[in-house]
Amino acid sequence: MKAAAFAYARATSVVNALELLAAHGDRAKVLSGGQSLMPAMNLRLLSPDILVDIGGLAELRGIAVSGRALVVGALTRHVDLLRSPEIALHAPLLRDAVAHVAHPAIRNRGTIGGSLAHADPASELPACVVALDATIVVRGPAGERRIAATEFFRGIYETALSSDELLVAVEMPVAGHDASFFFQEFARRHGDYAVVGLAARAVVAAGRFSDLRLGFFAVGDRPLLASAAGKLIDAPVTPALLAEATTALADELDPQEDQQASPAMRRHLAGVLLRRCVAALLARPELEAGATR
Amino acid sequence: MTVTRAPAEALSVLDRPNSYIGKTVPRPNLDRLLQGRGQYVSDLELPRMAHVVFLRSPHAHARIVAIDADAARRMSGVIAIVTGRELEAVITPWVGVLSHLKGLKSAPQHAIAVDRVCWQGEAVAAIVATSRAAAEDAMEHVSVGYEELEAVTDMRTALDPATPVIHASLGDNLAFERTLDAGDVDQALSESEVVEADFVFGRHTGVTLEPRAVVADWNAAEARLTIYQGTQAPHMVQNIAALHLGLREAQVRVICKDVGGSFGIKVHIYADEMATYALSKLLRRPVKFVADRVESFNTDIHARDHRCRGRIGVGPDGTITAFEIDDLTGIGPYSMYPRTSAIEANQVVNLVGGPYATANYRARARVVFQNKNVMCQYRAVGHPIACSVTEGLVDLAAAKIGMDPVEIRRRNLIADDAYPCASPSGMKFEQLSHHASLTKLLQMMDYDALRAEQMALRASNIHRGIGIASFIEVTNPSAAFYGVGGARISSQDGVAVRLDAQGSVICQTSITEQGQGSESLTAQIVGSVLGVSMERVRVILGDTDNTPYGGGTWASRGAGIGGEAALQAAKALRENVLKVAAAILQSTPAELDIVNDSIVNAADGAPRIELNELARTVYFRPDTLPPGIQPELMATRHFVPRQYPFAFTNGIQAAWLEVDTETGFVTLLKHWVVEDCGTIINPQLVDEQIRGGVVQGLGAALFEKCIYDERGQLTNANMADYLVPMSAEMPDIEIGHVVSPTQESELGAKGAGEAGTAGAAAAVANAVNDALRPFGAIITEIPLTPQVILTALGRI
Repeated sequence: MKAAAFAYARATSVVNALELLAAHGDRAKVLSGGQSLMPAMNLRLLSPDILVDIGGLAELRGIAVSGRALVVGALTRHVDLLRSPEIALHAPLLRDAVAHVAHPAIRNRGTIGGSLAHADPASELPACVVALDATIVVRGPAGERRIAATEFFRGIYETALSSDELLVAVEMPVAGHDASFFFQEFARRHGDYAVVGLAARAVVAAGRFSDLRLGFFAVGDRPLLASAAGKLIDAPVTPALLAEATTALADELDPQEDQQASPAMRRHLAGVLLRRCVAALLARPELEAGATR
Repeated sequence: MTVTRAPAEALSVLDRPNSYIGKTVPRPNLDRLLQGRGQYVSDLELPRMAHVVFLRSPHAHARIVAIDADAARRMSGVIAIVTGRELEAVITPWVGVLSHLKGLKSAPQHAIAVDRVCWQGEAVAAIVATSRAAAEDAMEHVSVGYEELEAVTDMRTALDPATPVIHASLGDNLAFERTLDAGDVDQALSESEVVEADFVFGRHTGVTLEPRAVVADWNAAEARLTIYQGTQAPHMVQNIAALHLGLREAQVRVICKDVGGSFGIKVHIYADEMATYALSKLLRRPVKFVADRVESFNTDIHARDHRCRGRIGVGPDGTITAFEIDDLTGIGPYSMYPRTSAIEANQVVNLVGGPYATANYRARARVVFQNKNVMCQYRAVGHPIACSVTEGLVDLAAAKIGMDPVEIRRRNLIADDAYPCASPSGMKFEQLSHHASLTKLLQMMDYDALRAEQMALRASNIHRGIGIASFIEVTNPSAAFYGVGGARISSQDGVAVRLDAQGSVICQTSITEQGQGSESLTAQIVGSVLGVSMERVRVILGDTDNTPYGGGTWASRGAGIGGEAALQAAKALRENVLKVAAAILQSTPAELDIVNDSIVNAADGAPRIELNELARTVYFRPDTLPPGIQPELMATRHFVPRQYPFAFTNGIQAAWLEVDTETGFVTLLKHWVVEDCGTIINPQLVDEQIRGGVVQGLGAALFEKCIYDERGQLTNANMADYLVPMSAEMPDIEIGHVVSPTQESELGAKGAGEAGTAGAAAAVANAVNDALRPFGAIITEIPLTPQVILTALGRI
């Protein structure tokens, strides 16, 4: 389990990183936290000719609030998201989600940019940025490109990023005082990739959702912003309406079969999560029971 | 702690001032390990050492048509590329059978596959290079032509006439079959309520922290092979290596210092290890093999993978009238060497129904070949299968007649005053304590309060369950385990103890240390019996040149057998020391004692002479000793149990857990174990060994499974997809003891290594079924994954 030989370049600036990517194209891989890349290389599932290490680029670090936007640098590590007061205040969903990402050793190294660019459909942060209506900021030879999170994820390990581009930051609207969040996932062991998970942002007023964004993960080839949420917005949520939304959710999901769960089980668990989410956000525990009890 | 036998009138050799027996003392090797000074084979570097990597078959069953290694041979760093055919000239094949397992058959297995591969992961060629990375680079350039053959993967159809026979010379795919019929099962069942169920056990494996590791160093000048290997049985490795390399045992030295976990995984001889020995001889230089994690999953022995149909008969008063089982297991393409792969099924037959006084028992076990990785003995061999089937059936019987699970056990467990006695399968029990253990368990868990809590929570739709599992455990095996079947695997162990010139003690033992504390328990016994402080006792183990001959550490034998040898050796040395002391002090041995590193008066404890001074006199001023005295400050003793084939122990476990009936996820809340391993030498080591065992059992219950597809491909051979139990999911595990020492040794210690693993899965499965009782769902399959539970609940 030794990686095949590869060249290594430590980028001195974003510009330098882009030059290296331009020079090597598909044969290069960007090394950020390395928590997915290095195991894949050691298993020889990936054999890039060159690693472009962006770990030294201070310009990609940091969490800042700029107007109504929260800007998180691509090199921000999971542990920083977990501990940052700005994240806790403006995007608590990220903090809640990161607690479920692997284990401390991995969170100390892994970065948000790496996680988003890797685009594992079962990982937490892609679903969070979809739920938070975030914008992915990338730089390439032609300059900066801003991509809506909902447009960024294209499939298993596939994104809108091209091989000569670098993900530099993620921007999201700061949480309004009326926003509430929900994060829950089902994993066989704490820290494992989820069997099914849900990251949600909502605005609740007078017992109704005036906004609800449901970012499901591990239910398809990319994080899914569930349309079923629409049924619950600006309507009195009754058990019958929730059941209807659950059915709609099951219809729009196209889950994959793997060793943890069949598609039917994923549909079922997504429905459980939807009910638990709605019950929690509306503070109406009786809604959680659903049709199965 | 409950002691079931009154202490003897006289003080034993263990009841001495400052005795370490029964005390939690720090393990002498802790500092060494914590400071990174462990001697693990993985870390070993020798001059001129080469590294071998094995190119492994991607197919479960295929003919090897051609191997082209020309390009790879020319690559930088490559020393040799060796095929099975080429290695045959150095090492002979083997057949994993034992004569006492009547009818067991297997086919010759080669160190590297010759002509045909029989499982995905079998080695096809060895690439030897100056580094592991260089060897892996070269491996990508070795091309092998395969002609795929039909793979036999499903054990249920392995014996069908339409299924291909893996080894034509054997005639069929049946490796072993055993039947047993005791009492009158048909009669008993005809007069009882009968419940039956199919129990399914997933294939899993041991996942040691340090993978299997070998450095073989053939020294042509001495015509000797030194094998550094993380193994549980150095003398067995010596014997097998010599046998197949055409050497005398004296030409092979096996060194085994620290081992990063074994669990039975490292008590076998693997083909790639044999190949490494042979490559060193062939290439006349040290060769290192360390399995990587993927190789470990594909080649470390797997275990369990049983399907067992069980029936139980029960009377209206709760009397269990009969057990009947029909067990089927698939073991891969070869019976493992040299302990064979029939032992687990054989144990299942031996152990089912074991805790109960039921005389009627019928069993059949069949062991079949298949094109998957080899299966063999892993911690608690056969016990979890037997315990889960037995205890699952007992709970089903209780439910059938509406009796509490505790009550049915109370009515059927063998009475504590019924010993010695034997089970219907012929297992001889010296002294067990099922009822005392049950009573203690109920106290520890506050059973009645827990039942009340369970009932109360059900009302608020929270579903918790209590599961109980009694078990018996095979420990201290005599020659009955392997020796009588022709295996050169020693069941006796030896210990040599000597006093050095400053009154310190050097102790050489044939048992080995894999982290469970063999070194500590040996030092504790020797220090206590001799009267010297533990700091003065140095224990040497794991070197066939420098320890007495013995079996090693497996099957819970280290403390019971190796510990007794240490006790007897220390006693003998003590006698010798006191003889010399009496001569020096013009006294008699009976009037003297050794306490705190000094010779003292037995009567009043007054110090007479320090051991340091005695040793100085013996070694440097023997001229001052009275004439005719020849001191022997070294003593060696060996021990093997003769009266009982195994020192059976017993225990009982309970699980308390919650099932989320919407998601199928299980949360373990608490686990209890009461166990009776006889004399406890170091309570902390015993408790932690039991906890570790429980965790492995909980892994089997909820998480661990080697998932093969229908073509014989292992699809989860990595730490992300193969779920080992981890701390966050583990409950607190509370442990209590009942102590029934074996009378077969002065030490009285039985084993404790299997206890935790033996009953944990059974307790969890019973608890899950207890939790699901309001839903009428019964699950008799492990691992109990959310998918399995949701399916049983009809949710998906």
